[in-house]
Amino acid sequence: MSLTGYEVEVERRGSAGLTTEEMTLNMGPQHPSTHGVLRFVVKADGEVMIEAIPDVGYLHRSIEKIAEKVGYHGFMPYTDRVDYIAAMFCNQGWGMVCERLAGIEVPKRGEYCRVIAAEFNRIASHLLSVGTMVLDIGAATPFFHAFRERERINDLLEELCGARLTYNYMRIGGVAWDLPPGFAEKSLAFLDQFEPLLDEFNDLITLNKLYIERVADVAVISAEEAINYNLVGPNLRGSGVKYDVRCDLAYSVYPELEFDVPVGCGEEGTVGDCFDRYIVRIREIKESVKILRQCFKQMPDGPVIAKVPRKFKPPAGDAYVRVESARGDMGWYAVSDGTEFPYRCRIRTGSFSGISIVDKVSRGLMLADLVAVIASLDIVAPEIDR
Amino acid sequence: MDAAAIHQRLKARFEDHVGDCDTAAKDPSIMVSPAAIVLVCQFLKDEPDLAFDALSNESGVDYKAKNVIEVVYHLYSYGHRHSIVLKVDAPRDNPVIPTVEHVWKAANWLEREIYDLLGVTFEGHTDLRRLLLPEDWVGHPLRKDYVEPEEYHGISTRRESLLK
Amino acid sequence: MSLINTLPEMVITTKADQFLNWTRKSSVWWMLFGLACCAIEMMQTQGPRADVDRFGTAPRAAPRQSDLMIVAGTLTLKMALRTKLLYEQMPEPRYVISMGSCANCGGLFQLAYSVCDGVDKVIPVDVYIPGCPPRPEALTEGILKLQEKMMHEKWLVRRRAESAAA
Repeated sequence: MSLTGYEVEVERRGSAGLTTEEMTLNMGPQHPSTHGVLRFVVKADGEVMIEAIPDVGYLHRSIEKIAEKVGYHGFMPYTDRVDYIAAMFCNQGWGMVCERLAGIEVPKRGEYCRVIAAEFNRIASHLLSVGTMVLDIGAATPFFHAFRERERINDLLEELCGARLTYNYMRIGGVAWDLPPGFAEKSLAFLDQFEPLLDEFNDLITLNKLYIERVADVAVISAEEAINYNLVGPNLRGSGVKYDVRCDLAYSVYPELEFDVPVGCGEEGTVGDCFDRYIVRIREIKESVKILRQCFKQMPDGPVIAKVPRKFKPPAGDAYVRVESARGDMGWYAVSDGTEFPYRCRIRTGSFSGISIVDKVSRGLMLADLVAVIASLDIVAPEIDR
Repeated sequence: MDAAAIHQRLKARFEDHVGDCDTAAKDPSIMVSPAAIVLVCQFLKDEPDLAFDALSNESGVDYKAKNVIEVVYHLYSYGHRHSIVLKVDAPRDNPVIPTVEHVWKAANWLEREIYDLLGVTFEGHTDLRRLLLPEDWVGHPLRKDYVEPEEYHGISTRRESLLK
Repeated sequence: MSLINTLPEMVITTKADQFLNWTRKSSVWWMLFGLACCAIEMMQTQGPRADVDRFGTAPRAAPRQSDLMIVAGTLTLKMALRTKLLYEQMPEPRYVISMGSCANCGGLFQLAYSVCDGVDKVIPVDVYIPGCPPRPEALTEGILKLQEKMMHEKWLVRRRAESAAA
């Protein structure tokens, strides 16, 4: 019985009168995998999956409709909840789309504060993502290492804006507060002690033969397929497409910063397998550390927020911006009708396209691989359901 | 290629089906008629110097005053690094638009969500059913005249304030 | 004289109820029911710093194996029906902690059309923890409050009354 590609050759055992039958299994919405309330209806023939249909909507909190009720300024806390693991990017996206609608320019120091907050959040989000991926596959220790570092980043961000998870730090026109005194020294001290710990994490799990056996050559997604299904971020870069909104569409102060864009190259298996998507995230953490060091060195002085009226009424029209979130290119589309309430707010997230491809890539894989696939695509339920 | 050049190419090929291009706006958009949207999208994807291989976003907007539901397509090309916005209008009381699922697979789930929340029917879609709301939900919530239900399966949607 | 030498002759007197409650509260196993943002803070509480394992709690995957259900996150109407099913699968004695504003009363999603305003509309709740999301220290205090509540229960009296009625 060969299981390459997406064809499933199922052997129906006719000897000794034994026949196999398809069974329909239900995974979720409550399950020990940590990616939120997702439900999969899996049709399996023994251990091999024939279909894995996702059933989403268990966390549909109608955030897009609420935007029409609370106004532009009031919507900022709700954007945190769109992707609570990488909340700073959502804040930045909403800020950017409102600024684009009204033609507001954020002061330089405000942009640097945004980038610092965002890159810290990227490290925290990737740590959680790889930590839970290895936990789902079965390794318990690296999970605690990742969470220990996440706690230290949470401390830093708590000093910056008062919250550990749903920050609400950015405002339309900049950020709410400047960096507190001593923040730069504490951050640089954290980065100095964090880099060797990342190597320790790598030693534990990345080159571990058991782990590689579970993720290499599993769920290979080619570059054309990834683009067709609109995968973004580390999922797309894992399939070999070198595209990063920070470099290619150059927003905020990213043009002034130097960093690489890691791309999957099939080092342990094939290009576009689960290992590639995982290793791209690990390498992105290192790049974020580089970006943070540069930011603290080159930050100018000045105000951190532009003058924005209390009753924010952008001119009528629509705008679309992209932000390179931890989970990829997050698109924010806002339609304004000239009043202080948005007419329509639409958020297009990376996990939405990620989960739409799960059914296609899991055909022919074993049941245990479904967890590896979901974890490697870094799917979080609030991004899908909003 | 900028929006004006892309608009010229489309106008030359599709004439009446392609409307005006609003170049003064922040994101210049091109109006397309519902009958031609699939051919326009296929053309934009297949032409070598346009090569729009990704459907970045598909949103639905309910314009109650104009009595239309507008579906907005944001396309992007990874090869040429350019983007364009297409808009299709459908009448509000019976919105039917052909699906672009066969051009970009990403449209499958995006169109299911627009069907679920706005009630737009996509002709030719392989699997048009509700995505985010329960199967037995009544109504399309993102419409401007949506009335929220009082209860769902015996659970009331109102909560008394404890401060009273 | 050291404690270990007096152990064979030592007698501890207590009420049977209290002894039983002490054993029950020292090993509260909770079901992984993280729905939204509060689930991340719940995971951080399990993490190395605010280690909640030292109070005897441990996460379990299935409702049949757990005593406690921490509803961490927003409960949508689609999920509310399944929550009732999961609660009914838990064996008695069972407890529910409602963690976070969304589970307490709908939180900032009270304006939503698809959110159930509070988990106590579907299942009975023992401890409410406010916060959005509550800090790991707040969740730890909530679990300790639940342990206090368990210490005051008269479980044997209830059992005797039930079997007498049967």
